[in-house]
Amino acid sequence: MREFLEGSRAVAEAVRLCKPGVISAYPITPQTHIVEELAQMVANGELNAQFVNVESEHSAASVVLGAVATGVRAFTATSSQGLLYMAEVLFNIAGLRLPLVLTCANRAISAPINIWNDQQDSVSLRDSGWIQLYAENNQEAVDFHLMGYRLSEDKTIMLPVMVCMDGFILTHGMETVDIPDQAKVDKFLPPYKALYKLDPTAPLTMGLLADPDYYLETRFAIQETFKDVLKLIPKINVEFSSHFGRDYHDGLVEEYRTKDAEKVIVAMGSVCGTIKQAVDELRSKGKRVGLLKIISYRPFPYARVYEILKDVARVAVLDKAVSLGAYAPLAVEIKAAFFGKKKSPKVISSFVAGLGGRDITLDSIKEILRKLTQKEVSLEFIDLKPELLREEYGE
Amino acid sequence: MFGPLIVKPGSSKGDKTGSWRIKSSPRFLRKNCIGCKMCLAVCPEGCIEGKEKNTYSCDYNYCKGCGLCALVCPKDDIVMQEETAEDKKK
Repeated sequence: MREFLEGSRAVAEAVRLCKPGVISAYPITPQTHIVEELAQMVANGELNAQFVNVESEHSAASVVLGAVATGVRAFTATSSQGLLYMAEVLFNIAGLRLPLVLTCANRAISAPINIWNDQQDSVSLRDSGWIQLYAENNQEAVDFHLMGYRLSEDKTIMLPVMVCMDGFILTHGMETVDIPDQAKVDKFLPPYKALYKLDPTAPLTMGLLADPDYYLETRFAIQETFKDVLKLIPKINVEFSSHFGRDYHDGLVEEYRTKDAEKVIVAMGSVCGTIKQAVDELRSKGKRVGLLKIISYRPFPYARVYEILKDVARVAVLDKAVSLGAYAPLAVEIKAAFFGKKKSPKVISSFVAGLGGRDITLDSIKEILRKLTQKEVSLEFIDLKPELLREEYGE
Repeated sequence: MFGPLIVKPGSSKGDKTGSWRIKSSPRFLRKNCIGCKMCLAVCPEGCIEGKEKNTYSCDYNYCKGCGLCALVCPKDDIVMQEETAEDKKK
């Protein structure tokens, strides 16, 4: 049913439809509304789940780890500092091969403290063994949760999924969202049956010491499994489309007017909506521009990126996160997709924008396209205020 | 692909930590042994076995080559011998 909902509410509805048995979370802006809604649903008896209140994100992640380890579907959500506080446990969840879906309401990282949106939190955890999907709008956020559980619990995958949605822009934004019927969701997402679980009648140990004779293989196995994830995401998307009618094509990337484009912007998350509008405006003036939206950041779809961009003359990569002291995180991946390949864009320029919630406007996007010339630029910060950089301390 | 998800109890026995041994390993000569069990008691890995005199041996799958057994033996019936990488594979 199509409803006009806040993004957080829409995600809570999607999670309710997935019938998790255990939910645990700690409040943090801008994620709080999601679990507030879920707590309400549990209290009202609309969702038959145990809601565990905890004293920190580290505990919240540990509770859901324990729950999934006993064979129960679980859910948690967090943001920013909370995600970093969970980090240790997140590596454990992936390392133990436990399926889980976590919503990351993307927010900047302290210091200085900032509650607004960028993608530094989830990007900082790109190496944790979690599958990361980035939503452009609230409908995608809803759908990625449904697909997330399917993907995560697939017997060949058994890896956790992080659904990343931009804080405030999506979590607090009101949009019309199609919330599917329970019956349809039940058909698409059967109850979770664990391959292995903690059970006193059949004892086993998870996460035991793996000395140098074993550890390397566990990491190799996750790396190999990510190749299977790249193959499975498109299959699940085909199935999803047949159940719910929405088509995300291969579900790894979205091409927007890239076919004959001379300039393409690559980006992730809600900013893609703004870029699409800028692309439409410029196309109507005869400019051949397009957008490549990355949905799956982990695993990274190098082959798809290569196929789509190999004949494009100029590519601009827009990062909403940085890897301080190195090239921007998304730009690195796009460049890597062409390293040592026969074909490549002549220019792959890298831009950083929107950190700490600085609005990325239509003008910002047009500025990026203006700066996408024959001269390749790297780590070009958009909308910088030079007057704020004059402060100096010390002698 | 899952790799070695170590899940059954007691699986640490499968960790052949003897591979950590870098220099030498004990040789049980079984000539003057009096069956005092000192070597068995002192071994930090608990990998020495034996009952009667001149029956003691150690499991090289776990022995780290610390030499405590050789040091404690009152009859000098255990000696530490240099070991090459080739020896270890045997």
